[in-house]
Amino acid sequence: DGSDVDNEESSAAENDDNVKGTDKGGKKTTPRTRRGRGRGRGRHGGEEDEEDEDGTRRAGHRRNRNRRGRGRAAENEGNDSDGGAEKDRKNQTNQKSKEDDGDEEDEKGGRSGKGKNEKKQDKKPDKKGKKEKANKKKKDKKKSASGSDSDSEEEPITEEELAKLKEEVEEKKKLIATLRNKPWKMKKKLSVLKEAQLFVEKFEGALGKGKGKKFYAYKVMMTKKWMKFQRDFENFKTACIPWEMKIKEIESHFGSSVASYFIFLRWMYGINMILFGLTFGLVMVPEALMGKPYGSLPRKTVPRAEEATAMNFATLWDFSGFAQYSVLFYGYYNNQRTIGWLKFRMPLSYFLVGVGTIGYSFMIVIRTMAKNANDDGGGDDTSFNFSWKMFTSWDYLIGNPETADNKFASITTSFKEAIVEEQESRKEENIHLTRFLRVLANFLALCTLAGSGYLIFFVVRRSQKFALEGLENYGWWERNEVNMVMSLLGMFCPTLFDVISSLENYHPRIALRWQLGRIFALFLGNLYTFIIALMDEINLKARYLLPFTIFNMYLEEKIVKYNMTIWEASLYNGTIPENSTAPPIEVDPADVPRGPCWETMVGQEFVRLTVSDTMTTYITILIGDFLRAVFVRFFNYCWCWDLEYGFPSYSEFDISGNVLGLIFNQGMIWMGSFYAPCLPAINVFRLHTSMYLQCWAVMCCNVPQERVFKASRSNNFYMAMLLFILFLSTLPAVYTIVSIPPSFDCGPFSGKTRMFEVISETLEHDFPSWFGKVFGYASNPGLILPFILLMVLSIYYLNATSKSYKEANLELKKKLQSVRNR
Amino acid sequence: TIFTPEQLDAYQDCTFFTRKEILRLFYRYRDLAPQLVPLDYTDKPDVTLPYELIGSMPELKDNPFRQRIAEVFSEDGDGNMTLDDFLDMFSVLSEMAPRDLKAYYAFKIYDFNNDDYICKSDLEKTVNKLTRNELTPEEVSLVCDKVIYEADVDNDGKLSLEDFQHMIVRAPDFLSTFHIRI
Repeated sequence: DGSDVDNEESSAAENDDNVKGTDKGGKKTTPRTRRGRGRGRGRHGGEEDEEDEDGTRRAGHRRNRNRRGRGRAAENEGNDSDGGAEKDRKNQTNQKSKEDDGDEEDEKGGRSGKGKNEKKQDKKPDKKGKKEKANKKKKDKKKSASGSDSDSEEEPITEEELAKLKEEVEEKKKLIATLRNKPWKMKKKLSVLKEAQLFVEKFEGALGKGKGKKFYAYKVMMTKKWMKFQRDFENFKTACIPWEMKIKEIESHFGSSVASYFIFLRWMYGINMILFGLTFGLVMVPEALMGKPYGSLPRKTVPRAEEATAMNFATLWDFSGFAQYSVLFYGYYNNQRTIGWLKFRMPLSYFLVGVGTIGYSFMIVIRTMAKNANDDGGGDDTSFNFSWKMFTSWDYLIGNPETADNKFASITTSFKEAIVEEQESRKEENIHLTRFLRVLANFLALCTLAGSGYLIFFVVRRSQKFALEGLENYGWWERNEVNMVMSLLGMFCPTLFDVISSLENYHPRIALRWQLGRIFALFLGNLYTFIIALMDEINLKARYLLPFTIFNMYLEEKIVKYNMTIWEASLYNGTIPENSTAPPIEVDPADVPRGPCWETMVGQEFVRLTVSDTMTTYITILIGDFLRAVFVRFFNYCWCWDLEYGFPSYSEFDISGNVLGLIFNQGMIWMGSFYAPCLPAINVFRLHTSMYLQCWAVMCCNVPQERVFKASRSNNFYMAMLLFILFLSTLPAVYTIVSIPPSFDCGPFSGKTRMFEVISETLEHDFPSWFGKVFGYASNPGLILPFILLMVLSIYYLNATSKSYKEANLELKKKLQSVRNR
Repeated sequence: TIFTPEQLDAYQDCTFFTRKEILRLFYRYRDLAPQLVPLDYTDKPDVTLPYELIGSMPELKDNPFRQRIAEVFSEDGDGNMTLDDFLDMFSVLSEMAPRDLKAYYAFKIYDFNNDDYICKSDLEKTVNKLTRNELTPEEVSLVCDKVIYEADVDNDGKLSLEDFQHMIVRAPDFLSTFHIRI
């Protein structure tokens, strides 16, 4: 046994270069020499060592065994107890790592440097002796079967061997892929990695024998290239992530909850970049490059009447004038089926990009939700109260002494509160008073919501009145009344809700939920009131108070067309041309009378809303945070009470308010981007500047929150709200696509009765005829209804299974409780 | 060059970092003691930085558990770290590390006496570090008893790795707090 130990030491010494004493015994190792292999071969009987080709592995395994730091004496016999104990310990520590391979490898090392055959056998709960015998047999076979260093002694490898070998190689590869998840020291990981890589390299060559050799080699090469490409791509992706240092600074000063807002902002920025890429690259650029230039068509030209003011800054800021008659808005696009020499299908592209942005947004939001749901684990609040306080309350991101002080204080307070709660049962407060106050608070909140909705409706109506009478007669406030009112409501109502909630006396987490719910209702109500009022405005534009939009538009269309024929006739000096033989008269497009273009108008409204929302946010930050901080800092010297501790003191960063603002802003973008392709671009710009401004404001004017309590479960709450907003924002666009006829005079769908007809048109012209037939069959209600039924049934089934899993979970928990209480 | 391409690839396989991040971490390591750390790691020099330097890093200096963190990840168990240990530490504490891996190391960190169990004395030390000794001994004792009551499944009066993992895996804040960005 002593000699065994010696042998091991020296053979272990033949190991990888960079591996120094990885085991507890701290044995040193030196580069491997051929000697070891020879020695290994000699140590046949008890060692169950592999042959030359496993030289490295064997040495590695020997090293693994060394790591145990125990007498390797009992290689074969004593292995059982050793291996067993080792296995237990290793299993304990490596329990959670998904790969058992590493485990096996380690503790198997105890048995010997075996091939993967044996490893597999270990997985089954066989008797060790039997295993060893079988291992030996396999080893022998392997010795003869797999080639040694050179492939000269090629005995025919049986299919079984080949398959087993392949499996082993695959396992090694899997080990390499999950190596970083293993809770080992770096040295061990590096040596295991090297070993595994050598094994894979060696055997991949050997596996290439037999049939399909060339194909296998090719597959291997492609896999390698693919892995390399993936790695480079990962590197590139992480290099592209912006603002990492900024977020880190904020994290170290304010903790992870404030930083989560900025991480959310960065994620939104990424989404908007992609939306921007789609709209810019596939809609705006083709039209700008290949479509008819400005001034060639009536819809692309500023009308004569507006020409004088078209270049003014005020007009451009309002997104009329030249801004309106450009690729930024729906109305500019021509309805030609193909444009340019590339035969780019503009209307189809517009339609598909519109649908695609919505589809992409849905996909990514749901994917993020699923990921978050996975991480959450869905625990309950109370069963591990103290444990979680102890082990998860310290925020490792904190890198600033003041924040650390705050954190210590808040942790202490939290512990003391929990202790107090634990020690005495909560006194039964006057429940009637509480209930009454809560009902009162809800009533007040409802009043606020109703009031704000009515205010918006009123203001929009007033703006229509102004529009009818001509906007030139009114000042700046009247012109921007709607936007300003909406922004101001969004600013002040949440504070009002905050005050109301102090009546309710809820636990902070529950109070936060109520607060978020109310703010959500506020924004939603405002947005929808705005849209309804807008729709009404579209209706009213024809000056006939007709209730039906479609009939209204139809009528308007007729009127304008009639006007145009009259106007054309006037050009021909009274004679209406009956056929087209009369030479077309050159008319400047600026002079042609225009039809109404409600899509552009809607797009403009959304753009104006976004811009004014941005301005309001920035001004709020400057005044509410910055000026307040300046005031508190400099006027503190000459003020009667301490401004920094009392009112108003420095502001804290309002996480939920900001996140909700971001979400609703995104909702507006989703709603309006079909009508104004420039919206994602504007939003990208807005988010970019927001990031810098808010980072600066937070570091400069805000203080870390005193009551640091985690609303971390709100993470998925925000995602759920985002999803909901996405769904609601796409409803208006989908409605207009499906039911309202597009304006006859502007946009890529002019002349069609419905916007989606562009699809059928494309199917007709660009696809072979059988394609259209197949589509026709597929859209048959007889096919779609059963499909919908199938989906409903599968949802029901999944719901049922998930319920049963939850129940099983609960049962297990109860069992655990009962075992514990025994 | 600091590392051979093979070394960089190996580090990328063993940690959650990309090439650029590994190089950045190397420079951070070197900045702690430029005279001790050579610029050429191709021959794997055996350089260890003492704990005082590690504990003075801005990311760690305010952390009450910095000593334990360094001890857990260091080779000699005393907090003196080589570059490998350094990379390992930040890899586990990065946001890409999975929950189980973090739970394993968190257990090690909070196990002050290294006996593979978190016993009552370990808990007491943890609480005192978290509150900077502001709680009375009775309160500390109460908290520790509550924690053992809540998390100890096998009823041996101390937390084993399974108990700890079982409890921490459901914690909603664990991943976001057990995270150091570098």
